[in-house]
Amino acid sequence: MRNREIVPFLFIMLITALCAWIAFAPDNTWLGRDVSVRLGLDLQGGTQVLMKADGVVDKDIMATAATVIERRVNGLGVSEAIVQLSGKDRIIVELPGVRDPEQAIETLRGTGRLEFIDTKGKFLNEGTIVRTSGNPEPKVPAPDPKKPADPANPQPTVSPEVYQSITDGRDLDTRQVSLRVTNDKISAKPAVSFAFTGQSASDLATFTAANIQKPMCIVLDNVIVSCPVVQSALIGGSGEITTNARADAEKILNQLKYGSLPITLNIESSRTVSATLGANSVQSSIIAGMVGLIIVALFMIVYYRLPGLLATVALIIYTIIIYAVHKIIPITLTLSGIAGFILSIGLAVDANVLIFARLKEELRNKRSLLRAVDAGFDEAWPAIRDSSASTLITSAILFVFGNSFGVSLIKGFALTLALGILLSLFTAVVVTRTFLRLIVRNGALQSLWLYEISNDPDLQEQSAV
Amino acid sequence: MKNIVSLRYIWFLISLLVIVPGAIYFALFGLRTGIDFAGGALWDLHFTTKQISDLNTEKIGAIFAENGFEGAQVQVSTVKVNGKEIASAVVRTKELSATAPEQQQRTILAALTKVYGEVQRESLQSVGPTVSAEATRSAAIAVLGACVAILIYLTVAFRKAPNPFRYGVCAIIAMLHDVLVVLGMAAILGHYIGLEVDAYFLTALLTIISFSVHDTIVVFDRIRENLIHRRSGEVFDDIVNHSIVQTLPRSINTQLTSVFTLTALVLFGGVTIRNLVLVLLIGLISGTYSSIFNASQLLVVWEHHEWRNWFRRGSSAEA
Repeated sequence: MRNREIVPFLFIMLITALCAWIAFAPDNTWLGRDVSVRLGLDLQGGTQVLMKADGVVDKDIMATAATVIERRVNGLGVSEAIVQLSGKDRIIVELPGVRDPEQAIETLRGTGRLEFIDTKGKFLNEGTIVRTSGNPEPKVPAPDPKKPADPANPQPTVSPEVYQSITDGRDLDTRQVSLRVTNDKISAKPAVSFAFTGQSASDLATFTAANIQKPMCIVLDNVIVSCPVVQSALIGGSGEITTNARADAEKILNQLKYGSLPITLNIESSRTVSATLGANSVQSSIIAGMVGLIIVALFMIVYYRLPGLLATVALIIYTIIIYAVHKIIPITLTLSGIAGFILSIGLAVDANVLIFARLKEELRNKRSLLRAVDAGFDEAWPAIRDSSASTLITSAILFVFGNSFGVSLIKGFALTLALGILLSLFTAVVVTRTFLRLIVRNGALQSLWLYEISNDPDLQEQSAV
Repeated sequence: MKNIVSLRYIWFLISLLVIVPGAIYFALFGLRTGIDFAGGALWDLHFTTKQISDLNTEKIGAIFAENGFEGAQVQVSTVKVNGKEIASAVVRTKELSATAPEQQQRTILAALTKVYGEVQRESLQSVGPTVSAEATRSAAIAVLGACVAILIYLTVAFRKAPNPFRYGVCAIIAMLHDVLVVLGMAAILGHYIGLEVDAYFLTALLTIISFSVHDTIVVFDRIRENLIHRRSGEVFDDIVNHSIVQTLPRSINTQLTSVFTLTALVLFGGVTIRNLVLVLLIGLISGTYSSIFNASQLLVVWEHHEWRNWFRRGSSAEA
């Protein structure tokens, strides 16, 4: 008979111990995994932007754009950054803890204007800033949406000449940019092959046909990348850039393939929060959560006595589990997520309150304690089930529509709330019940006072009968 | 307490007394929509070396106007950061440019720094017109979707009770009651204390919807159970009344715990979610009220098809 409680009891203890281990893992490392709490932008500061592609785009271009931005994000050295495609033509970028958000976003969405220019036979040094007919004013970002680029490294010298742009980087087919390494002994030089389309292709063909053995410079954001010599006319706009070393070829490949964004990204919405504001929010939320928990615990114990005490223990277990789950999955903790958590405390308590109310009724009907405990749970179950289900439905809807705000703000709330409901079912139905059954069998705790019956005339209940 | 059901028209009247003024404010002033739904930008600036008395809202507005943000609404206040009091300004403007927002920010901050010394941009949110339009549409779909999903679930869950559809409809009406109360209060609070309807507000509203149904289900569950054990001669009114009285302690206790935790959030939680919590408090109280005094009472009204008498008697109040 006793085994009926021992098994669930051990199960609860095991889960709690496991979760406590994760929750209080030293150095936030658990079995070699990093389990530090992931704070949302609103809590640790940082920036989030929703960018929309200008004009008509397809899936491949967006994928390339996302890759380009990811590479640039890696260059910024921001940890836990998110680059995510959203819908057909949007990219969401989240940069937690970034120092200078304006600068970062500017770098990320700079188109990286890639041009081949006509230098009239001159070789220009790598890194030289030049004016091009495509962008004659490299220093000042023009108001024109098609030219928001400005050079990454502020070079004081800008050539006064304006060089003619032969190609427009938008016409470069990034899918066709690839590395060519031949095993041919004679021409063992590594090369990057590329292909232009549209107007750029024909312009390039015309230019190269007329300038064989002359230099043609590759310019990214008005900065000279390299000046290869034209070997032959590039009919159809496709050709190769041969280099002396594989490293050089790879560098040019990266510049061509990922150096420029294939599209212009406009900022549709942005959120930036400073780190101090975030830290302040964390602090005040923790205090609020603690105060809320303590008040609820006191209330439960004073009002429901022994069962209330057990429910409080269940609530603490609940808190440990939900914290551990956030750390292990991990779920990003946001301000609204914390609100969802604190609200879910109310839900966890509610399941217990429902059960205790039934328990009391059963005791008043002169049932034995053990039978009253079981009956209390059975009677309260349909209400708990139905109300949990309806809250789960709403959380699911919130989760789905949270996307349309381009923010993890509402999603965090929905996720925490849903998780809270499921876990509160566990704590109320399994944890509290097991504890109660264990205690009810203990001879010392049989006094009905502990269950708030004998000397507590409940007027409402009497009048109801 | 015995005759909660017999006083049902008084409870409905109380609901109306709350909803009607809200509706009037709603009609007259509408909701004060935040940037999530209306689009625009919200700047939260800290002037670290200034007192609130040093700040001039008109001057700040003028600086914004000079730099391309006409019609900026400026509010100044004192905030506490790490125990230190700092003068702060919250400025609402049109949204940042889609193509060069970084530049705009730098220009504004530089112009402000020139006048007021060190300025920290605590937060800046900008929402363009496409996103805000989508958000508004999604919000409407979300609320409607929640209603339909819950109606279906309740009809299925109460299929064993007589007239299961009624439970769903009455729960939804009670829920709409709470939505109306919250929207009305939002209109009133928007008019007087500038409460804004934003993404947080929508979150609160949907939470209220689910909690309202949650409360209603607990009462309905009792009615469902008591109907099964119905004694001969027991009328529907008594069963509903009995069920309400039985669930009253639970309703009040749950309400209290939620009020405790939410109040803790209002008092100690961050400023950012204060409006969310305030709306939640209003909605949860309304939700408990409507589950006891509206949803269950409506079942009785439906049982007797009382609407047939409403216009004949002229007066609907029943003592």
